[in-house]
Amino acid sequence: MSVQQAYQNWRVATDNDQIVWLWLDKYDATTNTLNKSVLEELRAIIELLTSSTTIRGLIIGSAKSNGFIAGADIEQFSQLSSAEEATALIRKGQEIFDLLANFPLPTVAMIEGFCLGGGLELTLACRYRVAEDGKKTRLGLPEIQLGIHPGWGGTVRLPRLIGALQAMDLILTGRTVNAKAAKAMGIVDDAVAKRHLQRAARQFILDTPKPHHATFLQQLTNTRLLRYLIAMLLRKKVAQKARPDHYPAPYAVIDNWVRDGAKGTEAFINEANSIGKLILTDTSRNLVRVFFLQELLKSLGKNINFEPQHIHVVGAGVMGGDIAAWCCLRGMKVTLQDREPKFIAPAIKRAADLFKKILKNPRLIEEAMDRLIPDLAGDGIANADIIIEAISENVVAKQNLFKDVETKCKADAILATNTSSIPLSNISAVLRRPERLVGIHFFNPVAKMLLVEIAQDANTNQSFVNKAIAFVRKIDRLPLPVKSTPGFLVNRVLMPYLIEAMMLLNENHSAEDIDQAALLFGMPMGPIELADTVGIDICLSVAEHLPQPVPSHLLEKIRNMVNAGQLGRKTNQGFYKYKKGKIIKKQLANNHEIDPVIGQRLILRMINEAMACKREKVVANGDLLDAGMIFGTGFAPFRGGPMHYTRVEGYQKIVQQLQKLQQQFGERFTPDEGWMVHEE
Amino acid sequence: MPKKSVSNTHLTGRTVYIVDGSRTPFLKARSKPGPFSASDLAVACGRDLLLRQPFSPTDIDEVIVGCMIPASTEANIARVISLRLGCGKLVPAFTVQRNCASGLQSLDNAAQLIASGRHHIVLAGGVDAMSHSPILYSDEMVNWLGDLQSARKISQKIALFTRFKPRYLKPVISLMNGLTDCIVGLSMGQTAENIAYQFNISRLQMDEFAVRSHQRLADAQDNHFLSEIVPLYDNKGNVYEADDGLRRDTTIEKLIKLKPFFDKKYGSVTAGNSSQVSDGAAWLILASSEAVKHYQLPVLGKIVDVQWAGVDPSVMGFGPIHASTPILLRHNLSLNDIDYWEINEAFAGQVLGCLAAWQNTDYCRQNLGLDHALGTIDQSRLNIDGGAIAMGHPIGASGTRCVLHLLNVLKRQQARLGIATLCIGGGQGGAMLIENISEVQE
Repeated sequence: MSVQQAYQNWRVATDNDQIVWLWLDKYDATTNTLNKSVLEELRAIIELLTSSTTIRGLIIGSAKSNGFIAGADIEQFSQLSSAEEATALIRKGQEIFDLLANFPLPTVAMIEGFCLGGGLELTLACRYRVAEDGKKTRLGLPEIQLGIHPGWGGTVRLPRLIGALQAMDLILTGRTVNAKAAKAMGIVDDAVAKRHLQRAARQFILDTPKPHHATFLQQLTNTRLLRYLIAMLLRKKVAQKARPDHYPAPYAVIDNWVRDGAKGTEAFINEANSIGKLILTDTSRNLVRVFFLQELLKSLGKNINFEPQHIHVVGAGVMGGDIAAWCCLRGMKVTLQDREPKFIAPAIKRAADLFKKILKNPRLIEEAMDRLIPDLAGDGIANADIIIEAISENVVAKQNLFKDVETKCKADAILATNTSSIPLSNISAVLRRPERLVGIHFFNPVAKMLLVEIAQDANTNQSFVNKAIAFVRKIDRLPLPVKSTPGFLVNRVLMPYLIEAMMLLNENHSAEDIDQAALLFGMPMGPIELADTVGIDICLSVAEHLPQPVPSHLLEKIRNMVNAGQLGRKTNQGFYKYKKGKIIKKQLANNHEIDPVIGQRLILRMINEAMACKREKVVANGDLLDAGMIFGTGFAPFRGGPMHYTRVEGYQKIVQQLQKLQQQFGERFTPDEGWMVHEE
Repeated sequence: MPKKSVSNTHLTGRTVYIVDGSRTPFLKARSKPGPFSASDLAVACGRDLLLRQPFSPTDIDEVIVGCMIPASTEANIARVISLRLGCGKLVPAFTVQRNCASGLQSLDNAAQLIASGRHHIVLAGGVDAMSHSPILYSDEMVNWLGDLQSARKISQKIALFTRFKPRYLKPVISLMNGLTDCIVGLSMGQTAENIAYQFNISRLQMDEFAVRSHQRLADAQDNHFLSEIVPLYDNKGNVYEADDGLRRDTTIEKLIKLKPFFDKKYGSVTAGNSSQVSDGAAWLILASSEAVKHYQLPVLGKIVDVQWAGVDPSVMGFGPIHASTPILLRHNLSLNDIDYWEINEAFAGQVLGCLAAWQNTDYCRQNLGLDHALGTIDQSRLNIDGGAIAMGHPIGASGTRCVLHLLNVLKRQQARLGIATLCIGGGQGGAMLIENISEVQE
């Protein structure tokens, strides 16, 4: 039998063993995603093969070199207008996967590279899965991050295959695993080197071993009694991260599973109904927006041809050391300079700890450590592609440093400062070639914070800015081009929010109430805890450098805390007390009412400042501003960013609220003129 | 074949320039493995050295490492180090062994490859992490384990267990084996006792020599004369900046109290007047004149001559005499024409024995083919910044260290000629004559 018919998205070939190899090669795309056309063709192929009497089995692989399948095509979500339409679309996909699952002959999914969302669900409908045990292979169901959940049977087939505990962990967190971990969990039947991948896939068809089944204990997790117990635990765990009113999807996953126990046709139908509802929620739409904002930032360095190999970092403090470690982790050679070995040693330890946590494999750790070179003499400057300064916030010291660097570095090297408060022009004023100076502003902790602000001023040459952007992409961070104004975007917008929180504290509101108000809005952490986490000393230095006047009594209070050694989490005492690094907070009663004015004051000061940034064009547009605030401050992602939020709320309403607060609390709430001029 | 060399040097061909070098601090082996493996040491030191070069690590033609105790995971450790240093897949590398002078052997190999015209830039050095010397199962234990593995039936296995003896578990300390001459059955310390006996070197002379070594190293540290040292950083946040075997508080009174270590009862060689067991690495970069000109490399000096010699293993400590003397003769130099000497301090008695032998007419007649005593080395020109007794003797690294530091001494003293020489366990000596120059001579 042969399937010679040409398909737009699939390549079909039959080998001598009468095994059909089905290669997904999505039309006009660099990455395989699942859309209507791909799935309809798959249906046609399966139906055709089902009637065949000669073939032995079916192997599905990817013809793209970058990975298997990245998931469903997200673009198609935005075209949906009703829950029924969404559910119907999902059901259609489920039917096609059912056809695959019921295929009379053995089926193998052969996974190389990413295998995410709908891609993994497709493999779950196959009888066997083999994955390449390589660096690029990642398997997971990240739908939850878009405010929805797996819809093509993933929430049913995965718990059934590997038990509820591990399946729910993957579905509810959206985290991905490598091939070895997937094998250990039972998601894939084998994880093999690339050289064995096709042979392994073929072997499963020829040998037809018993398909993987959940262990007895894993099966127990899906029984009624345990479902209720496990669900209680899961809900509690999810609640620590996401509120049901902000993020309904994880709760829906748990509810569906408790009701249907990962079996029966009903389970699939309920999954489709549930996702149909979720897909149209504001949360999901905004999270999809966030996804695209992330793609927007990712695309910034795309067409810039710059391959930095060697980064030189001056200043081995927390920021400099962590920037150095992160660049190493992403494959670069890094020279780390400071005045004395004792200043570099702690950075080496932190790097070793980070590599251990992320790389795990001793050889990979050693390789990364070998690339991180302590450099007391600054020998690395001469060959570095980028020189990043991360010394103390002192203009003269920075000027002297760059004057020296300028005489030693390559002609096309980027000079970068990690300053968060000093305007570039103050530093570049002393340089022979000021056009090379770019701000590359990382956030603490570097290994967790995705955003990096790329600051430029009128002196900066665009080609150096572009290279800086490309560099930030190379180390897998999100670049946000900003104008070099004090505080750039993120710190500038955060500062009024933090100051307002301190003022509230001064007015005898409890730290717990203030933080809770922020959490209710959807911030990932309250402002008081944030100040403690960042460090009171850091807050003080930012506050002292920012142009917005900080009320002197507040500054005094912060200074006193610093003098008393109450630096926040790191000293176990800040605004809160800490025990073994764990915060000690008063539990708020369930019916505890928080004055809505607290939240308003916090959020509106932040949003008003954001509008000022937009008006002053600190960032190029509202989308970039939203992206910066979401990835830089964790601004409630389900609200789609401050600018998007104010558009939804309506500028008029925002202005009225500001004016009301202005009358009550003073000029700091004066609506920014941007609200009038930029009415959209 | 005539035994005498026709050329006036054993290094014929193009001039070999030394352009740079560095070493780690030498870390004294305490009772446990130190914080760095051998390749860790060589990499930490080498990457710093390569960082300041105007050429890329991939421009190196060969990496040569002397190493006696690589870990089982460090087969051909030179290649492991080369790859870890970022020299790239295309740069070849090999490891050499000549016991205590392995780090001089690597320089000789490098020098020959440049002199012959085959290479332009060679990274050569030595390393050992002696604190990581493996502890082995005894042969009895290994045989027993082998039998166990091939036993098929349960009854055979049970029988094997009944035959097991507790003494099988007694570990073999490989380091102790390595420091014992298997031909003459003497430990290195005992060969030093032989030399002391032959020339009547007293315990007090040895201890005075040892104290002076510590004092000289302390002075060198205080005066920042050890600029060739690159600090080491471990993954726990510690820094190692200096040779930590140095004891500033050492005095004759303290040393004299130590018990003999090798010949327990009546001997005079103690842990205090012997070199220390240490971890460390050292590197030199050798280059041809073409490479020096092409990359505008600084010139620290050149390698003028090299000599290896065999001696009776039971007095292996005489090696330096037998290696250095032919060089002096070839170049018509007297002992005093050499501005500075580095004679590796394996044992105080052994270094003093060498000096005594050169002063001894009989010895020079019978063993060196001379008709008179060669003379006296002014001790203010010998190991002026201390030696292995104070800083340690990571066997693979010491040869390179001696040459590297000798160069620095010549520069500092604005002197011209120096000889670095080592005695070699198993009965050999190695010596290298270097000249302080600062530019290409051809």
